[in-house]
Parts: sequence; structure tokens; C-alpha cells
Amino acid sequence: MQQSYDAIIIGGGHNGLTCAAYLAKGGEKNGANKLKVLVLERREKVGGAAMSEEKYPGFTYSTCSYVCSLLRPEIFRFLDLPRHGLQVIPYDINSAPNPEGEGIIYYNDHDRTRESLRRHSIRDAEAYDEYAMEISRHCRFIKRTLLMTPPDPTQLNPFVQNRINPWGHREDLDGLLRIGREFGRLGERHMYDMIRFWSMSVADFLDQYFETPRWKGLAAASSIIGTALGPYSPGTAYVLLHHYMGEVDGQIGAWGFARGGMGSVSKAIASAAEEAGVEIRVNAEVEKIIVKDGKAIGVALKSGEEIYGKSIVSNADPKRTYLKLVDKGDLDAIDPDIHRYAKNYKIRGSSGKLNIALDGLPEFAGLGKESAYGTIDIGGDFDYIERAFDDFKYGSWSKRPFLDCVIPTTVDPTMSPPGKHFMSVFVQYVPYQLAEGPWTPEMKAQYEKDVLDTIELHAPGFKKLVLHVQCRTPWDIENEVGMTEGNIFHGELTLDQLLFNRPFPGMGQYRGPFDNFYMCGSGTHPGGGVMGAPGANAAHEMLKDFKRGVVQ
Amino acid sequence: MSADVIVIGAGHNGLVTAAYLAKAGLKVTVLEAAPQVGGAAVTREFVPGYKVSGAAHLLHGLHPTIARDLDLARHGLDLKAQRVSTRSLLPGGQSFEVGTDANSIAAISRADAEAYPAATARLGRMADALAAYALHTPPRPDVAKMDWQSKLNLGKFAWGLRRLGKKDMLELTRILTMNVNDLANDYFESEAVKGLLCFDGVLGLALGPRSPSTVFNLLYRLSSLGANGQGGFLLPKGGMGSVAQALAKAAQAADATIRTGAAVDHILIEGDAAAGVVLSTGEEVRAARVVSNADPQRTALQLIGPRNLDTMFVSRIRHMRMNGCAAKVHLALDGLPEALANARGRVVVAQKPDDIERAYDCAKYGRVADRPALELTIPTLSDPSLAPAGKHVASIIAQYCPYRLRETSVNDARHQIGERSLAVLEEVAPGLKQRVTAMEVLTPHDLEAQFGMTGGQWHHGEITLDQVLFLRPAGQAQDYRMPVPGVYLCGAGAHPGGNISGAPGYNAAREILKDARAQKRVMGAA
Repeated sequence: MQQSYDAIIIGGGHNGLTCAAYLAKGGEKNGANKLKVLVLERREKVGGAAMSEEKYPGFTYSTCSYVCSLLRPEIFRFLDLPRHGLQVIPYDINSAPNPEGEGIIYYNDHDRTRESLRRHSIRDAEAYDEYAMEISRHCRFIKRTLLMTPPDPTQLNPFVQNRINPWGHREDLDGLLRIGREFGRLGERHMYDMIRFWSMSVADFLDQYFETPRWKGLAAASSIIGTALGPYSPGTAYVLLHHYMGEVDGQIGAWGFARGGMGSVSKAIASAAEEAGVEIRVNAEVEKIIVKDGKAIGVALKSGEEIYGKSIVSNADPKRTYLKLVDKGDLDAIDPDIHRYAKNYKIRGSSGKLNIALDGLPEFAGLGKESAYGTIDIGGDFDYIERAFDDFKYGSWSKRPFLDCVIPTTVDPTMSPPGKHFMSVFVQYVPYQLAEGPWTPEMKAQYEKDVLDTIELHAPGFKKLVLHVQCRTPWDIENEVGMTEGNIFHGELTLDQLLFNRPFPGMGQYRGPFDNFYMCGSGTHPGGGVMGAPGANAAHEMLKDFKRGVVQ
Repeated sequence: MSADVIVIGAGHNGLVTAAYLAKAGLKVTVLEAAPQVGGAAVTREFVPGYKVSGAAHLLHGLHPTIARDLDLARHGLDLKAQRVSTRSLLPGGQSFEVGTDANSIAAISRADAEAYPAATARLGRMADALAAYALHTPPRPDVAKMDWQSKLNLGKFAWGLRRLGKKDMLELTRILTMNVNDLANDYFESEAVKGLLCFDGVLGLALGPRSPSTVFNLLYRLSSLGANGQGGFLLPKGGMGSVAQALAKAAQAADATIRTGAAVDHILIEGDAAAGVVLSTGEEVRAARVVSNADPQRTALQLIGPRNLDTMFVSRIRHMRMNGCAAKVHLALDGLPEALANARGRVVVAQKPDDIERAYDCAKYGRVADRPALELTIPTLSDPSLAPAGKHVASIIAQYCPYRLRETSVNDARHQIGERSLAVLEEVAPGLKQRVTAMEVLTPHDLEAQFGMTGGQWHHGEITLDQVLFLRPAGQAQDYRMPVPGVYLCGAGAHPGGNISGAPGYNAAREILKDARAQKRVMGAA
């Protein structure tokens, strides 16, 4: 048995590639122990859900993820991604059309947003200052935890020795104290607000500040994208932060388009990884992880080939990893509960996607032309979104869905022929399976029609511009990218599956149940979005283990 | 007229506070607007000859420490009454019972019958560990500002969690914020068993089984069935009014004065501190300390008044969620249908999680549930004195009937929830309708009017994670002290919350005594 690699990474998604690049560079300090890394990708090119593809002649589609903001700046800088061809073009505007009147416009610029809100409600405009202050307080707090291995509160005793920590350690205690100190800095008054914020519903949260129903609906959008929850469900407020915690070029809260589509992000990370010496093999589907005596020693490919390495890393989601790539017998030998955790892991896919080639730029009801240069959120008030959620709850797509649309070709001419446009439509909510059973072509056609009708309602004349539609359900996304149930976050981002409980209780530190086995996908802390943080964090833990001699 | 302490409202918590304060030697006056004590813990005659518990009908949360301290048995409360079990009625004459008869679950699902005892025992252990904090004042979240007592309490609490063992502790961190529907799917396979678990998760909330934070509500309920409560459900003899009567007697035995028919209009504030209360008759009753048993919104916005409070606090209190969603339906029956002939305990009609979820969907948009989920008791089976000989009363909690109605009028809502509850019951207990000789329906609006609880929310604010511990009733007021010196809150709107537990009243009394003693020391020194 020849171990030709220090680490074998299953899956070349953006997190797998980030992890690979960090490992091959030996960590942020460009350390001495640079690892020899192999990335195995099932498909014909890397990128996973951060992918650009030509599905209609002349048009480049960002087939799954479609905007960029969350990618951690630390990673952006460390891997020097601009040099590898990544250019993120920020956009400034987020708007909601209104067929019955004036639409709502949100700008990145605080004062412009306030002025824009003033057109609808003076009270809302005034409350916006207070609101923005509270949100940025929460963001500052949460950002510091993103690139940190979540401390395990059941492991605070610094003297306990185990496999990973042969001499005992105080990382968990230190981590918890660090979070405690950050919390302490908030001041008592804000502590209450923060704890409340973590468990309340986004509707309750926004109701505290605002009165304009459509503005509240627009503001709530980011807290329901990708979730299997409605705006009235408790625990949705903090998901708002996903919208605000990103940055583009140091501009906090900004969102941007990756030039050339989201595939450029993966391409740039892959290029950085390869420069550092990572070997990437495409068309190499892993079928099983080979475990011997509780140790992960290699992988078996679908082709029958076996590859051995000192450590194995899975970029796949937890459910796929533990229910498909690993034998139940191997798991049960360690702890029978893990199989149960994997089975009970909540990973409902709730979003679909329509990629549309357009003959021209659509115009949205109640909005000026400038709105096409940013995100267009088609929805309404809380009830509109909640009713869309109700359809989903009982196993149907939303008849009047909430849609998050972007037209990146307004700022990036490389993605479509001149004068034509590519529009990405993110559809919330779409179930993985219908109540009546699996998706049929007729059902899918009806779903596509419902989405297009909804857009037409908010952008009269839209349908005449449509040249081509690529329509995808969560089921399609699972089959293409491999994410279980098509859940874009590799597992729901509810409090029960965050921090040290992500993916499973007691396994929140990127280490799997087997020796030399790691997880680096969005199914680990801090979760989904094209962020790269799980990959980087996993690499840190692995390098620590290599240094300590835990992996040999 | 004057006293050391005035308690506004003789609900069970107000009486507990009064009793403890009086026992400590303070001169206490309790002022109650209604002609009788008890607040929502009351036995009412709703049709001549038929009596029923006005709001809550099952006693489970009364804290054993309080029952012992106040010697409630001596004051006429019979807690040795038999614990009753829970039976879930299913269509087609099927049913199953939990707690006593595992075999009946086996008829529904063998796997669930096996899983049920272990799962509920596990949940019970976790609930007990959490409930250990019930008789403590919530800490301040800032460690630097925490007093030593809170640190000690928290330490003990953490130790209790630790004793659950690593597996249970991690499971607790996982499920605490979850929705009860997911939990039910994790633990059980049959819709019927899941439905019952979900029902316990949403009872008293304006949330459905798929809403996160409902597992917390389930644990809250389970905690009162363990060592920090009565260990099970009890049907108090004479109805819930007997609990209030016993508490009132205990308070009076300690020399507290109780005045009924004395409605307080507002709290008298002089020099930025409490000076007493003004009754609706204009009469002034003076005391340096005033304790409110009313809910937080009523206390802050009406009794104290926003102009005596800072805007931050007013805004926090205003945003407390108090959307009552449960209606009470009382039936006078001239006999019982076969399915209910032996229903001595608690009967639940919630056949599957989605039934409850759909009922909640209606309430979400301000409508009465098409098919409400029900909890029913027939107290006359164990206490025939509540109805004329041979007759019965049924006491039903029907969810959901929202306080925040949109297009429905209150009168329509009252009619709808009554009729729809009967229709649902008729399916599982055929023949019931014919037996009904009279019916009374109390919607949340009626509960608000009768018992003064804002929004008809009988926990004085929903029990969800964003409204418990130091967030109850609002940050910086979690220690039972309202922002105006000398004004305290002792009702269910304070930690640990609702149910007939007496714990908020107990905790409030402790804090008041602390202040009284501190003042005495200062006076003594001067």
C-alpha cells in the first residue's frame, strides 16, 4: 500500500479547493510542512456549485450560486486571487418591484437608502439609522467567529487527554473565553438585544423598526434564502446577517458579480492551489472511503482504482459523506449514534433556479432602469413570502414564489452577446420532492411557468424577451452538483446545526469519527455561501494534527 | 389605609408573593378587581349548576417547594389526588394512552412503543436540568456585573447540565432551538405519536409544530411534570379555584389582607418611586412597595404608564409577543358518548403534526383554525360535585383561535371555534353533539376581558427562547424589579413564566424581601 499523498480531498468545490490550497502552502505562515494534496472531482471540471457554464450559445450562466460577497477577505488575500484572475465587480443596489405602485430601493450607501425609504415612510427612514446600528453590531460580533474552530462546550477541561490532544489542551476553553470577551464588549444593554436576536423571527425583528410592508418584505429576503423556514418562523432573524457580513474590496456589506460568472471564483482558487503544488483530477468519482481499524486510509474510485493517503478530507455534504461514502459498519464500530445523527441531519432543499437568456433588458414595475444593475427581489410583504413557504411545507413549489434575480451582464459584458442579457433567478421555495412523489416533466414545466408568470407580473413584457430557460429544481441540483436534496448550504443553517453542532453534535471541529478523516465543506462551521471559511478552517485543524504527529 | 406592600391582583402568583411576604413579617394588602380571588385559576359556574375551571384545567406545574413552604395541604389543597394519564383519540374509535399503558402505543406502532419510554425519559432529564433554574432570579448576562449569588446558581446549573453526560448534553444543545416536528420525526415513526408530541410543543404558543423554538416549549411543559412540578397532571378537586383558595388561605393565615372588588387604576408614583396605588373609585392605598401580578404590558403601559418609563423599556415591553391563540370551550353534557365514558384524564385530539400545522396556518393569517387541535378534560368523572347528578362538564382548550384576527369579528370567531371544536370532537367521539345541553366559549378576547391578561395570552407572554430567562419580561428588568423603584412584577410575565407554578411569585417575594432588608439595614445604621 503506497501512500503517495498527505491529503486526498473528495470534491473540488470552492471549499475543497480552498482547503487544498491552504494545505499545500502549509498554512497562512507558509509553514515548513507543506502537504502533498490530491483533489478528486467527479465532474469534468472543478467548482461544484460555483460554476460558469455555457448552456445556450453565446451565454455564460452562473448555474448555481450567482453573487459574491461572503468570500472571506483573508482568503482572498492569502491566495492572491486577483492574480489568479478573479475580479469581483461590486454593485450598489437592491430593489423590489411593485406592480401596484412605487418599488422599494435599497442602496449600499446608508444615506441614500434612508432617502429612498423616506419616499415611503418618514418613520421607516428614521428607524433605519437605529436598525443599521443594531445590524452592524451583530455583524461585528459574528464575523470574528467565522474563521475560528468552534469551541466544544463539553470539552472545557484543559487536562483531558485524547487522541487529538495527547497532552491535553485548552483551545476549547480559550475559544469560549474569547467569544465571551467579545460578548462582554457589547455592553449589557446590547447583550439582551443580541441574545434575543438569535432566537426571534425576522418578522418580529423588522416589525420593531419598520412599518412599510414591502420594505419589510425586501429586508426579510436574505433571512429566508436557502432556508426551509418562513419569515414568521423563530430563528430567522440572525440569518439576515448573511446579507450584511460580506464585503467586496473592503467595502463592508457590499455584494458583487464575479467577472465571467461564479465559475471564475473556483477557477481562481484552483489556479492558486495548482500553483502551490496541488494535483487536481477531474472525472474521478469517489465511491467509498476506505476505513481500516477505525482509520481512514484511502478512497476507492468508481473506476475501481484505489488511492491511498495519510489523510482523507470530504468536501461533500455530511449526509452524502456518512450515508453514501462511508460504510455503516465502519461507523457503527466507532459509535452507532453517528449514523443516526447523519440520518436526522436537516438538509431540506428549498430553492430552485432558473437561468434565463434574454434578448434585451427587462423593465421592472415601479422601478427605474438603474435597478437592473443589482439584485431584484420579486416578492411582497411578509404574508406573500409566508404563503410561498406554506406551499412548500406541504410538498409543492410556491405558486407565487419569492424570486431573487440578478442580471450580471449589465456590468459584465463577457457573459452574453452584445445587447443580450443573462438573468439568474433564484426561486424560493421549491421542494426536493413533491407531495405526490418525484418531479415529473409536466410538473417541472408548470413550475417554470409559475416562475415566469410571477416575473411577468412584476416586469410586464418580460416573457417576450426570453430566449432560453434552464429550469432547475433541488432534485436537479442534487443530481448535478451532488448536494443532498439540493440544499445550497449543505445542511440547514438553523441554530441546532451551527457552531459545535455543525454538522453533528460533538463533531464540530472538522474532524470526522475516524482517525485521519476530516470534513471541509459547507456542512461544517460556519456553513454555506461561497465563503471558503470551512475549507480554510479545516486546513488549519489538519495542519495542527500533522504538526502534532496525530496524522502519520 | 396603608401597608408595607401592596400586591395588585390575587392571581395564584400574587397570592404566593403575598403569602411569603406576610410570613416574613411584612404588612401585605392584596387588591383584586374581581369578586373572588384566583385570577385565571378559578372555578366558575358557566351554566346554572355546572362548574368548570375558567382557564387552566390541569395542575402540573405547582412547584413542590411552594406547596410545602405554604403548607397548602393544610389549607385544603389535595395534591394526593391521582395523577391522570394522557389519551390521544384517533379516528375510527382508535386511541392510545401514554405514561401508563405502553401496549396501547404498540397497537399503533411497535417501534414507537419501544422508543417512547426512553425518549420521554431523556427529554424529561433534560427538562429537569433546565428547570433547576426555576426558583432562581435570572442572572445578568454580563459576567462582570453578575452578583455572587447568580454565579453560584449558574455554576450549580452548569453542573446539573454536566451531570446529564456528554451525549445528552450535546443532544440538548441540538434540540433546544429546534422545531418539535423535526424532533418528532427524529424520535418516532407513527403520525399519531408524533402528533401528540407536537401538540405538547405548541400548546400555549402562536406557533406551529414546524416553527423553531417549539421544542423549548415542550421541554418547558415537561419540566413541570418532573421534580420541579407535580410529577404529572392532576385534576384538582373542586376545579382550579381550589388551588387559589388554598393559596389565599395560606396568605391570610400569615396575616395578609385580601380585598376583592378593588380594581387598581394606576400605581401612585411620587418623587420617582412607588408610593401606593389609586383604585378606580379614586381611593388611595399607600405603600412603599407595589407588586404587580398583572402581565408586563398591563403593568408597564397602564399601571405605571409610559411617561414614568424610559422609551427603551416601553418599546421592549410593547414588543413582547402576547398573541393569545387558545380558546376555552366549556360544555354542559347530559351524558357521555362511549369514547369518553372513561376519560378520567387528559384527552388530546391532534392526530398528526400536519393537522396542527394547518390549524396554525389559519391563525397565522388571522383566522380561526378550520380544524382546531384540542385538549379536553371531563372533571366530573373524578369530581361529580361540579355538575348536577348524572350530568357532566367538559373543559376544552382549543388551538388556534388568534387574538389578532384580521377579517373575522370576535363574535364570529367565538362562534367558529366553538362549532369547529365540536365538529372535530364529534369525529373521534361520535354522539357527543347530541349530549351538549349548553356551551360557553371563551376566546382570547374574552379571556382578556375576564382575567385582564393582555392578548388573552395565559402565560403573560409566549414561552419562546426570545422571551425567557433574562429576556423575560425584558432585558434589565429580569430581576422582578420594574424601572420605577419600589414597583415589582410577580406574575407569569416574569421568569420562569406561565403555568400554575407559583415560581415567579416565589422569586419576586425573595427579591422584595432582599430590598426590604437592605433598607432596614440602612435605616438602622442611620
